[in-house]
Amino acid sequence: MPVKSPVAPEDELDPLPPKTRRVGFSQTLSRWDVKVSPYLYISPFFILFLITGLFPILYTGYVSVHQWQMLQGQGDFVGFKNFTDVFGQPDFWKSLRNTFSIFLLSSIPQVIAAILIAALLDQNLRAKTFWRMGVLLPYVVAPVAVGLIFGRLFADQSGLINSWLTAIGLPAVQWHVSPLASHFAIATMVNFRWTGYNALIFLAAMQAVPRELYEAAIIDGAGRVRQFFSVTIPQIRATVIFIVITSTIGGLQIFDEPRVFDSTGQGGASRQWLTMTLYLYNTGWSGQYNLGRAAAIAWLLFLLILAIGMVNFFVTQRIATGSGAPSKREIKAAKQRYDAQRKSA
Amino acid sequence: MRKTTRKFLAVTAGVASVALLATACSGDEDPGDATSGGATGDSSKPITLTVATFNNFGYTDELLAEYKKTHPNVTVKQTVAAKSEDARTNLTTKLAAGGAGLADVEAIEIDWLPELVQSGDKFLDLNSDEVKDRWLEFKTKPATTADGKLIGYGTDVGPEAICYRSDLFKAAGLPTDRAEVAELLGGENATWDDYFKVGKTFADKSDSAWFDSAGAIYQALINQQEFAYENADGSVVPLADNTTAQEAYNTVTSDEVQALSAHLGQWSEDWTAAFQKDGFATMLCPAWMTGPIEQNSGGITGWDVADVFPGGGGNWGGSYLTVPAAGANAEAAKELAAWLTSPEIQIKAFENAGTFPSQTEALQDPALTGAKNAFFNDAPVGEIFGNRYAAIKVTPFKGPNYFSVHTTVTDAITKVDVEQSADAQTAWQGALDAFGALGL
Repeated sequence: MPVKSPVAPEDELDPLPPKTRRVGFSQTLSRWDVKVSPYLYISPFFILFLITGLFPILYTGYVSVHQWQMLQGQGDFVGFKNFTDVFGQPDFWKSLRNTFSIFLLSSIPQVIAAILIAALLDQNLRAKTFWRMGVLLPYVVAPVAVGLIFGRLFADQSGLINSWLTAIGLPAVQWHVSPLASHFAIATMVNFRWTGYNALIFLAAMQAVPRELYEAAIIDGAGRVRQFFSVTIPQIRATVIFIVITSTIGGLQIFDEPRVFDSTGQGGASRQWLTMTLYLYNTGWSGQYNLGRAAAIAWLLFLLILAIGMVNFFVTQRIATGSGAPSKREIKAAKQRYDAQRKSA
Repeated sequence: MRKTTRKFLAVTAGVASVALLATACSGDEDPGDATSGGATGDSSKPITLTVATFNNFGYTDELLAEYKKTHPNVTVKQTVAAKSEDARTNLTTKLAAGGAGLADVEAIEIDWLPELVQSGDKFLDLNSDEVKDRWLEFKTKPATTADGKLIGYGTDVGPEAICYRSDLFKAAGLPTDRAEVAELLGGENATWDDYFKVGKTFADKSDSAWFDSAGAIYQALINQQEFAYENADGSVVPLADNTTAQEAYNTVTSDEVQALSAHLGQWSEDWTAAFQKDGFATMLCPAWMTGPIEQNSGGITGWDVADVFPGGGGNWGGSYLTVPAAGANAEAAKELAAWLTSPEIQIKAFENAGTFPSQTEALQDPALTGAKNAFFNDAPVGEIFGNRYAAIKVTPFKGPNYFSVHTTVTDAITKVDVEQSADAQTAWQGALDAFGALGL
């Protein structure tokens, strides 16, 4: 700072010592910028999640250990009585069975069909956008409308599907009587709505697969099927995991379709198609008004989804790594072979 | 220094004037609020009252606008839920949350009352000399709390008659004239046995069933009992010892009665479709059921109403208007609710939507007594349902556990009648198990 003049007025001199500090502060700022900013940028979601996601989950836990009626409000602390009460109700176990059954009947065909549809849409088609929007159309239809339409199709006596079945000489199916038939009907509604949605996500992932890989595969003499299994599937691994997990969560929370499957919304006279969320709703909001018990069911459902989600995650990862990067076991085996060769050499 | 002082002064002045303004406002406001919420409700301060209903109460915009003539300061707005279930969830959830967001006047169905009278303090007491003796006891009793508060003004009622298909009757060789049919079914002293006996005669000569659903018959049987599932003190009768419920159950699941059933669950797709296929010849019909019958029977002629009901009178359904206590204009809302349930307005609602008035006074009105329904072969529905209304003697007692228990039995009936997946004995055992799981 050789230009500094001692006769300069105080006003102009003043800022000088802070000047060095300011440089230091802006350096700190830029260091903070690198370290903190990314977290600030993503924080809105987490703050929102804390308010609208985590707090309700914890509060539900608080409700679940209390006696809590809809209109009377909070009652005594009862510990885990609500949970043991739920375990003691046969309807709970039925709802668990039904939820799993409907989940398997919907999620598995849904994911497989979605991948196949996406693979078809990934081809060189005319009017691409038309076909792509077409598969998304069912998703636009409101679930209750889907319920109404399929309710007519699956009516026991007057339904279209039973008319077709009897027309070709097959016995009519009692869609609202046998548990498996009702699960199938409900799963059909779910698949109708979600398959196209999932297909579009798969398609987005497939579009990102480098085309060179297909060219290389073709040069190696791979047919369409081989390309699909050896290039497409391994390349969209992350998306498969994502879809499997989201459709698991969706499948275990299924509510609209079983609710509108008959006029009473109780899940059938023998609770043939009572799902866990429907059971939760009926316990908390219609009939029993027992919010404590409903909160206990909500927590059980939450834990169940967590558990299934984890299982899903490990299973899909294992399947996917099999055809992608070499697994630890494969690396170990390769090492052993290499060592054996060296020894024998 | 000067600058700061001046700034300080300005700020002080600003704050002071805002504070003064605020005080002045609240000074103005307080008495105003008191008047609008006061018992007279004749404040000149303009207020908006909201009315929440469901389905179709017959409260058209013109009808609500009429209220302005006598209450120039009041604007009435209506919100209509498509399904009563939605309205119920909305009401109970918001009541549980302290009442914020509720309409000033909330419509409820008779079936919600067992729970709501338990929380009577969340509603305004609607008792007053003005509305004394407006309704028959069976209408006010369910809406009265244990300590005598009236929480709802009755709107419509559902007096039950028998709707029948005269064309199917004719084909089976039965009389078709509504007076003759009423006599055939037993007239004034009609019993359920009469109804089933005529059904047997009909079923022998026809491919159609006699009635639509065993569940509906059971509902009517239970609505004729004062204490179906619970004692007067609200304690639940164990289902295994409940001879009343078991007798009604045995009746509708007996082979003779099952032979007359179309095996349909009411409101199901198959039930709706059966109207077009001559599925059944008679229906127990409360006044409001004439609407759905007409809706489902497009192109079908021959429906008629007979002035008769087995086992005396019966009421199925009907609604009330309540005033949540948390509302800002509760007293003004009470006045509006009283007006909406006055005889003249009930008649208008009946003309608009076919909801049968619950006011005893409205029953004398020529507009009601002379009312005819063209779809039901010009049946004098006003007169018929008026007679049926007068025949209602029993107020079923519905305590807080009524519906949990009722569902266990109706589920069993569905298994026997609609699903035909279990015999009466097995299904009853299932009802007993379900009752046990309720832990009452």
